[in-house]
Amino acid sequence: MKTIYHFIIKELLQVKRDKKMLVIIFMAPILQLIFLGYAANMDVDIVHTTILDQDKTESSRNYITSLLETGYFQIDYYAKDYNEITELLNDGKTLVSIIIPKDFEKRINRHQPAPVQAIFEGSDASKASIALGYIQGVTTKFSQNLILETKDNLGMKSPISGSIIPEPRVWYNPEMKSRIFMVPGILGLVLMISTISLMSMAIVREREIGTMEQLIVTPVKTYQLLLGKLIPFTLIGFVILVIVMVIMTQWFGIMVRGNKLFLVFAAFLFVLSNLGIGLFISTISKTQQQAMMASVFAVMMPMIYLSGFAFPIENMPQFFQYITYAIPLRYFITILRGVVLKGMGISSLWIEALILFGMGALLLVISSMRFSKKIE
Amino acid sequence: MKAIEVNNLTKKFGDFTAVNNINFDVKQGEIFGFLGANGAGKSTTIRMLIGVLEPTSGDAMVGGYSIMNDSEMVKRHIGYMSQKFSLYNDLTVAENIRFYAGVYGLDGKKYQERKQWVLKVANLENMENMLTSSLPGGIKQRLALGTAVIHEPKIVFLDEPTSGVDPVSRRNFWDLINDLSDAGTTVLVTTHYLDEAEFCNDIILINAGRLVAQGNAKALKTNYIKNPILEIESDRVVDSLEILEKEKWVGETSIFGNYIHVILNDDTITEKNITQLLYEQNGIKIKRIERIIPTLEDVFIHLIEKDNK
Repeated sequence: MKTIYHFIIKELLQVKRDKKMLVIIFMAPILQLIFLGYAANMDVDIVHTTILDQDKTESSRNYITSLLETGYFQIDYYAKDYNEITELLNDGKTLVSIIIPKDFEKRINRHQPAPVQAIFEGSDASKASIALGYIQGVTTKFSQNLILETKDNLGMKSPISGSIIPEPRVWYNPEMKSRIFMVPGILGLVLMISTISLMSMAIVREREIGTMEQLIVTPVKTYQLLLGKLIPFTLIGFVILVIVMVIMTQWFGIMVRGNKLFLVFAAFLFVLSNLGIGLFISTISKTQQQAMMASVFAVMMPMIYLSGFAFPIENMPQFFQYITYAIPLRYFITILRGVVLKGMGISSLWIEALILFGMGALLLVISSMRFSKKIE
Repeated sequence: MKAIEVNNLTKKFGDFTAVNNINFDVKQGEIFGFLGANGAGKSTTIRMLIGVLEPTSGDAMVGGYSIMNDSEMVKRHIGYMSQKFSLYNDLTVAENIRFYAGVYGLDGKKYQERKQWVLKVANLENMENMLTSSLPGGIKQRLALGTAVIHEPKIVFLDEPTSGVDPVSRRNFWDLINDLSDAGTTVLVTTHYLDEAEFCNDIILINAGRLVAQGNAKALKTNYIKNPILEIESDRVVDSLEILEKEKWVGETSIFGNYIHVILNDDTITEKNITQLLYEQNGIKIKRIERIIPTLEDVFIHLIEKDNK
């Protein structure tokens, strides 16, 4: 036990001494969380719009006003003809162009269908479809009002009888801000990145500078050596967790609705599996560069893509969905979102926690076996 | 009394035999020199003796424990300093000492005592809070040796401890090795420097995994080269060498800066014959020609060339 204590002290002293490492360990998660927290914003708050009003009547102006009243549309250009619209769309200066044809008002007055054309710059499909939704909403409301007016004018009562009105309630994220959904995921991401790189680098570094050989010659047991690395890095993982949780709650104002203790416990299990992965990388790498490359490109990037952090797992082809079952980050993100956003606890997330525990234990056992084989 | 007893030790890596059936003994308290070219199998042998590498066959007793069956006990009773610098550069002197002392389970009064001893031998008294990376090379090396023997092992293995250290520091380092030996510690040291080999009580030479020679420096010089050796200094060193190499009575030749060493195969050849050959037939002026006692270098080059044939 005393031996392990000396290892922990040594490891923490080294982290403290190494200014570059300190920055990587503590500043990088903070910056990543803040940058990604702002960058990972898929909301469409402003729709850059171009209008080609060929009708130029009271009705067409009313329609344009009703677009503006939603607050989403910002009219950057009034085009003179189709050529101008094509140019603006090509240059990416506008997301949608709305063309109101010449006989818009006439058709309304004649109670004929009055078409309005909307052309989208659809290279970002999700953005375009959100804008499309806004336009459909505005247009439906506008035509409903027209019907009401007409009926009013004709002296008809019970204006909207028979029409169905949805009353939506959005739970957990009522303002539908993508940031609130993304930030807890980023928390899992930064925790993974820092613990995997710390562990893989620390062991390879000792091998590179030659101290590993020195340690092997001492009576130190393999398990002491391993615990001497795992314990300090788990501690550092907790410090990182606390830092990013403070930023999440204080900076982004995203409060943890569920049981914080359960979240911390799940984070502990998650850190264990990351340390197992880091240890494994260290057994297949000769140099720190190799370890870094292996961690980033072979392990962390695919894990991030397949974890459900950014892309919904249920949209993936079946084969890739199976792969995601092997990714610890997937389970931790589910737990994070469940606890932070939905206030869930161990009663509904115990399966994920159990899987994380199993993965952590398995990864650590396999990697430790590889590690001890390698040094003997 | 024997500190180390090596019996038929062999290590194979696939088809390659790195250490081929070697035998030698190391006496308690002596400085034992282990010589050989790079890749001759020195480090492999040492790694087996310190319990890091398992032999393919054979065994060795180190400090009374078998490296095959008792490698954990071996590790407790030895110290080891590798070619690579084995301390943490980003820790202070005191932190390094504390860590390695902790690894060997030293505590309390014993720890304080050994810490002071290490600081003393490394000339670092009152400088224990310096970062190890800021120390000069020679001091680092002494600190590394001090920490390697912090647990007072009976036997210490030094694998090329003075490579890359300046001559003065090397001399100081050897004073430290002598002190350890005087205090009863057995020291097994590998080196490239043949002047260092002269400090050793006993020497073995290995080549391509096999033991080629053993004995003390004096015995090596007299036992392994019986033929006369001449040292010749002339104004055209390379030409002299080429001319001499053509003669049947010349065994081996080697260049040492502005002079050459020639081992003769024929006892009847004298300095006069050579002067005649070089000066009268080829016009090379001879500045100095004399019979010498072979240096260790002569002996090793002779033995290794003989072995490679």
